[in-house]
Amino acid sequence: MDIDKIQMTLLEQVADLHTVPEGAYNIRANGQMAGRNTTANIDIITKEDKSGIDIKVKPGTKKESIHIPVVLSQSGLKETVYNDFYIGEGADVTIIAGCGIHNSGDKESAHSGIHRFFVEKNARVRYVEKHYGQGDGNGERVMNPTTEINLSEGAYLEMETVQIKGIDSTKRVTKGKVSDNATLIIHEKIMTHGKQYAETDFTVDMDGEDSSVNLISRSVAKGNSTQVFRSRINGNNRCVGHSECDAIIMEDGHVSAIPELTANDIDANLIHEAAIGKIAGDQLIKLMTLGLTEKEAEEQIVSGFLK
Amino acid sequence: MLELQNISFSAEENGIKKEILKDINLKVEERFVAVTGPNGSGKSTLAKIIAGIITPTSGRIILDGEDITELSITDKAKAGISFAFQQPVRFKGLTVKDLISLAAGKSLKVSEVCHILSEVGLCAKDYVNRELNSSLSGGELKRIEIAMIMARGTKLSIFDEPEAGIDLWSFQNLIRVFENMYKDINGSILIISHQERILNIADKVVVIADGQVSRVGAKEEVLPDLLGKNIACKTLTDKIS
Repeated sequence: MDIDKIQMTLLEQVADLHTVPEGAYNIRANGQMAGRNTTANIDIITKEDKSGIDIKVKPGTKKESIHIPVVLSQSGLKETVYNDFYIGEGADVTIIAGCGIHNSGDKESAHSGIHRFFVEKNARVRYVEKHYGQGDGNGERVMNPTTEINLSEGAYLEMETVQIKGIDSTKRVTKGKVSDNATLIIHEKIMTHGKQYAETDFTVDMDGEDSSVNLISRSVAKGNSTQVFRSRINGNNRCVGHSECDAIIMEDGHVSAIPELTANDIDANLIHEAAIGKIAGDQLIKLMTLGLTEKEAEEQIVSGFLK
Repeated sequence: MLELQNISFSAEENGIKKEILKDINLKVEERFVAVTGPNGSGKSTLAKIIAGIITPTSGRIILDGEDITELSITDKAKAGISFAFQQPVRFKGLTVKDLISLAAGKSLKVSEVCHILSEVGLCAKDYVNRELNSSLSGGELKRIEIAMIMARGTKLSIFDEPEAGIDLWSFQNLIRVFENMYKDINGSILIISHQERILNIADKVVVIADGQVSRVGAKEEVLPDLLGKNIACKTLTDKIS
């Protein structure tokens, strides 16, 4: 792999990579391909019309993984990358994405990853995406991921998206279309601090009979940071939709949760739950009676909440 | 040994000063001391004062000869006081293992957590990785709360109405937990309870009424009076007899 030490630490943060991953991978560093591997069942092809790759998983592929991390260490670099995933019928794969930015300069560094998933009949995907920023420059670290998920009949996609540290501004747009008997589950974890801004925007169309979706967001807003959580679920058939926004605010943190549920079918069953508040006083007191200081108690509660 | 000297506590309610505890003097040197008395008599306030959650208006708290009145909740915990809440707290994300480990002050192996949970009648494999959230019943939360106190193993363990909010079946098991704890504990247990079977385990029973200690003595002396008091009308006593 053609990457330096800083990029390696970013890779460890976003993809838990300490060495070359097993299975298929494509590593992008400062806008260039830094390493790629394909397997008998998984092909990775560079797009010709724009920046990005097509990932094609053969039908029936089982228990294989695909790593596609992106790292940026060049201050001022701004890029938009288009990655399309074609998951064949009956396949079962894990995809580890993620983006790390190290900005030690004064210019804004930005990565916009536009990921589209086409998951065929009865295929299963676990998709993990971590966003992380570091560097002591004044330049902002910006990430605007867009994820479009198309689930065919009986398909299943579970997405875990995590942003814990170092991203100054993010707008995360996720759109889903769910067919008959298909399931979409999204777990989001976000922590913001300083003056950071994070916006989440989910829109899911539940078009299929007995389709289901579960959007679960847990977030912590510290310092003077702001978060906006917007979830739109359209129940267009007999379906079960659930979204949940659970947020802890600390210091001068701001959080808005804006749900929108639309039932276009008499058998659509849609629920939204939102809870925003500071850490409960009795939680702090309980941990203090176990011998923790108030600060240690706060840290335990926050790290457990985002675990 | 815990000693409470002239503990008083008053609070304002709707602009009127209310005396909740009045000049409480009490020694806890036995293995198992039960505090009982009517609802609203100030028992829970007293427990919270000992644990540092409430600061007394006046009086001193002495633990093994050392004045700990001014210590914070954290420092009182470190000095050797554990406190099981009447209503256990739920935590989203923290598991049973996390909390037992925090209580023990070190990261515990599953086998160690298993040992502690088995003491309160829970099987570790069902609980060790469960979050302490609303999926657990009141009885389960109570037992985990007790397990945390056992994991700490401090010289004074305070339990505030462990029987409150649990069903009869869980209560039967809970009695056994306290009977066993009586045998194994290294320090003293101070338990607030209304339950005769818990009072029966006690070496000493303290009755608090209207914010004052109204009676202290061995269970043999105090219990017959307490249980024999018949203040209900005949219709009720006929029904419950």
